[in-house]
Amino acid sequence: MDDDPAVLARQPVLTMRGIHKIFPGVKALDGVDFRLFPGEVHALMGENGAGKSTLIKVLTGVYPIDGGEVRLDGAQLRVSGPGEAQDAGISTVYQEVNLCPNLSVAENIFIGREPRQFGRIKFAEMRQRAGELLRRMEIDIDPGSMLGSHSIAIQQMVAIARAINISARVLVLDEPTSSLDAGEVEQLFRVIRSLRADGVAILFVSHFLDQVFEVADRITVLRNGKLVSEHPIAEISKVQLVNLMIGHELKVLTELEQRSNLSPEEAAARPVVAAAQGLGRKGAIAPVDIVVHEGEVFGLAGLLGSGRTEVVRLFFGADHADSGTIEIGGVAGALRSPATAISRGVAFCSEDRKGEGVMAELSVRENIVMAMQAARGWARPISRRKQDELAAHYIEALDIRPANPEMPVGNLSGGNQQKVLLARWLATEPKLLILDEPTRGIDVGAKAQIQELVVRLARDGMAVFFVSAELEEVLRLSDTIGVLRDRTLVASLPNVDLTQESIMSMIASGAES
Amino acid sequence: MSTIIVPEAVEAESTRWLTPQQRYIPMLATFSLLFAMFTIGSLRYENFGQPQVLLDVLIDNSFLLVVAVGMTFVILTGGIDLSVGSVVALSTVLSASLLEKHHWNPILVMVVVLLMGVLLGAAMGVMIHYFEVQPFIATLAGMFLARGLCYVVSVDSISINNGFYTDLAQTKIPLLGGLSVNPSVLIALVVVAVGAYVLHLTRFGRTVYAVGGNQQSALLMGLPVGKVRVSVYAISGFCSALGGILYTLYTLSGYSLNGVGMELDVIAAVVIGGTVLTGGSGYIFGTVLGVMVLGLIQTLISFDGTLSSWWTKIFVGTVLFVFILLQRLISVRKI
Amino acid sequence: MIAKIAPIYRHRLFWPVAILILLLLSNLFFTPTFFSIQVKQGHLYGSLIDILRLGAPLILVGIGMTLVIGTGGIDLSVGSVVAIAAAIACGHIAGLPNQDSVSGVLIAIAMSLALCVVLGLWNGFLVAGLGIQPIIATLILMVAGRGIAQLITDGQITTINSSPYSLIGGGYWLGLPFSILVALVVFALSAVLVRRSALGLLLEAVGGNAEASRLTGIRSRRLVWLVYAFCAVTAGIAGLMISSNVNSADGNAAGLFIELDAILAVVIGGTALTGGRFSLAGTVIGALLIQTLTTTILTTGVPPETTMLVKALVVTAVCLLQSPSFRARISRRRAKPVVGPDIEQIQEQRKVPA
Repeated sequence: MDDDPAVLARQPVLTMRGIHKIFPGVKALDGVDFRLFPGEVHALMGENGAGKSTLIKVLTGVYPIDGGEVRLDGAQLRVSGPGEAQDAGISTVYQEVNLCPNLSVAENIFIGREPRQFGRIKFAEMRQRAGELLRRMEIDIDPGSMLGSHSIAIQQMVAIARAINISARVLVLDEPTSSLDAGEVEQLFRVIRSLRADGVAILFVSHFLDQVFEVADRITVLRNGKLVSEHPIAEISKVQLVNLMIGHELKVLTELEQRSNLSPEEAAARPVVAAAQGLGRKGAIAPVDIVVHEGEVFGLAGLLGSGRTEVVRLFFGADHADSGTIEIGGVAGALRSPATAISRGVAFCSEDRKGEGVMAELSVRENIVMAMQAARGWARPISRRKQDELAAHYIEALDIRPANPEMPVGNLSGGNQQKVLLARWLATEPKLLILDEPTRGIDVGAKAQIQELVVRLARDGMAVFFVSAELEEVLRLSDTIGVLRDRTLVASLPNVDLTQESIMSMIASGAES
Repeated sequence: MSTIIVPEAVEAESTRWLTPQQRYIPMLATFSLLFAMFTIGSLRYENFGQPQVLLDVLIDNSFLLVVAVGMTFVILTGGIDLSVGSVVALSTVLSASLLEKHHWNPILVMVVVLLMGVLLGAAMGVMIHYFEVQPFIATLAGMFLARGLCYVVSVDSISINNGFYTDLAQTKIPLLGGLSVNPSVLIALVVVAVGAYVLHLTRFGRTVYAVGGNQQSALLMGLPVGKVRVSVYAISGFCSALGGILYTLYTLSGYSLNGVGMELDVIAAVVIGGTVLTGGSGYIFGTVLGVMVLGLIQTLISFDGTLSSWWTKIFVGTVLFVFILLQRLISVRKI
Repeated sequence: MIAKIAPIYRHRLFWPVAILILLLLSNLFFTPTFFSIQVKQGHLYGSLIDILRLGAPLILVGIGMTLVIGTGGIDLSVGSVVAIAAAIACGHIAGLPNQDSVSGVLIAIAMSLALCVVLGLWNGFLVAGLGIQPIIATLILMVAGRGIAQLITDGQITTINSSPYSLIGGGYWLGLPFSILVALVVFALSAVLVRRSALGLLLEAVGGNAEASRLTGIRSRRLVWLVYAFCAVTAGIAGLMISSNVNSADGNAAGLFIELDAILAVVIGGTALTGGRFSLAGTVIGALLIQTLTTTILTTGVPPETTMLVKALVVTAVCLLQSPSFRARISRRRAKPVVGPDIEQIQEQRKVPA
């Protein structure tokens, strides 16, 4: 892959070969190779579910490897925990700030390795050294102040300071810029460049294209747990990269019937199901204007972090909007809670299946009837007969496997869990169905089924709000497409003469359409 | 080697944690309460406004203070120890039995009792961390175990006549101005000092706060979470045993029904002292204040003479409620 | 054959029921007449009857506690509620001119249970209204409640002499001890309430995944208020039973430690402390197991001082058996060591047709 002799002459400090990692029901990593050279910034990219976080957690010993090997400086590396990885010279900064907010900044940087004398921590020295480190990183805070009193952005910088302080050979930064503003990002990049000059190998996970192109030397792309390719940054363009990450699907899906979309005139003639004006939430999404009609599929496209989930959550009352108005089924008024939205006919299938959707201990049948039952209240139970009917109906209609309504949902594969969640919401017969990444992490067969389902539902008159990272999907199913970038809706267009390339351009470069 | 299950990310709870200035508020509130109680008492009752009254509170509650220091360590990691009262009882019964029935050397008896406390605590800690039993249940089992052992050793009360103990119990340590304390108070103060030193000035102590602040983060930061969690329960066991020894000196007997419900008083003292039950925030000094509040409530009631003893419980419950509300309001307002 | 046994073996209630039966049988060993039930004056007597009768209060408290734990909470105040309920009822009856008057007794019971509802709503307010952690919230009533109970009885043990009241704890009806009937009725009503309505399902959802249940439209606050009130009422009934048994109300001793036994019964019965799936039947088994333990110790001549010790061992055993890492370590010692993962094998094991 590399023809540059200077590169070939160097030995990688870190090699990962044929890494397999399996969780019940899903193969998170499928034979992934990765290598990291000293004195380079190597970006690891891919959408949600691509396997980036898993690869890092495998490297740092949080998860044991199911197959493959890792070599650090040529010697095989086997770590059973984060502490050991640290000792071996791999220092990690995670996407979520993994520090202790109740301790001071200096303590967070040094804890576990504080300067001591006869068992007593030398606080003054610790504060002084922390102060120097922070100054080098151009962070102007008091090292004695409590970490929790600072913004997430500052906390993230402190986490990075801790990682640097460990003087590692390999520095792993997992989405370090998610909570930083432009100025802070520049600060961070200055630090990264100086570390690179010192010969540190830096693994940089990010979905922000601009940042990756600014600071990275090489890029590795993962998709669905597999390695797609590795490139030096000079040999790839932004659009090509977006293509690699979310581009063409496998053949099976391209063979699906191309749906005849509603023309803009047809759509406008239909009754309005949901209308939002200036609906926004500070820090989450800039005010948006969106209208969805009966039988219309409104697709939201954009990269991870662009605000897709945040938009649809506002439509469901899962988050409170700071600004703007929303009208569902002709009824105006703020959505104070999901229960309110549900009573107006909205249904929301969350992207975080595990945390926000599935009740793992409960059976398939119970999960399916849950939303319906909640709407009726506890005093009016759905008869067992009706429950069994519903469960049987959806198990068959959505091909849920295994076809056992009493099986705890936690035992099903990701794809089938998703179908159970879909069944739950379909049972409420909503006016507006919101689907957030319904086909993520699901095998191809189930993907096709779900896509066909969406088409059928729209044809029968349901309004569908469809969020997906897979552009192919969005293009195939949507009548109208909204493009998001950096938490702003940059375009809202009927799906006429749109191609993947044109949408990718919009995502990659912004408001030009 | 086991898989560390790292649950999905929770946004850093930056809004939950108070700045040091704000964290002192609960302790300040406790101190004000203490001051108010003392003032009211001095105004209402004769002989109340004497420094010796405060010292008497310390003398009467030195054992409680020692136990509460141990409990503070446990609660700082986000755990709880329900076995403390029973371990105190076991200490008294074991001491009395070994001294009076087997005529062991008193120093040896003390060492054995302390060892018992450490081992019991460590066993509970292992159950909690390595076998993932909830602290509530594991220390409940410990409580049953300790109380059960008490009954097995002796159901009836055993009085202690050992010279060493009786002399120690009657020693008065004179201070300036005619005031006096006893050795138990000194031991309690030493424990407080050591506890505070460890928590604030050693790596172990800072790791205790880290574990209580965010256990998942502490794990990912490579800190020895397992060792720390087991150790705090061992420390609590030690403190309970030591508190038991002080209680033995106080009552000069061993009785298996000692310390029933003591764990409640200890937890109340720690909470009133400003330590948050979810862990990561609190000071030993706060615990000292909490114990003083509890003791002073008792003293006020006995000085009053007209209020029956059960008012103590009602007052303690009310103070507890006010402080919990305060903690809740402060944390909510930050968000 | 193993395949057929396996499902029974893995049922949640298998171990508790097995240990219960074991204990009962060991009693038989020492007392051959243990299982015999005699009829005297139209009333059933026997050791088994005694176990049911003595265990009835714990069953009641356990039922209420199960629902609270199911929502992911806990109620430490039940012991104090028991004492308060007893104090109110006995206090009222003691003040009656005719302690045998049925209407007087009924009023006492009604007052007592009404106050229990208020106490339960107080707990619910702290947990659902103010968002205070259940363990702290109920600690307040646990501490203050004993004082309140003693306040009501004025520090004395209120003794009464009322035949209608003594029916509750010590009397007989239809041949069976009344307390067993009460426990049975409450269990049946609770089971119907929880399983015939959607209450059980919604409670399990709230306890299992609070955020998911919010996003499913479940109004969890109302449910939480409800379960804490219910828990207090069952504790109140238990208090009436206990005080009726001894014809007195002791603010200090009534219901002492019953919250610990109740939580134990719930855990033994298979309900996890973290909330979610709960089993009322399991709690009943757990409560009976605890009661049988106490009885077994008495009848087999083991010194009663060891009751606590045995309880400790039972708790430890149950917890370890329920701990996944403990089970993993035990089974690992039996399985042959695997050197290096075999991808195909792992895939086979974890294959779920999709």
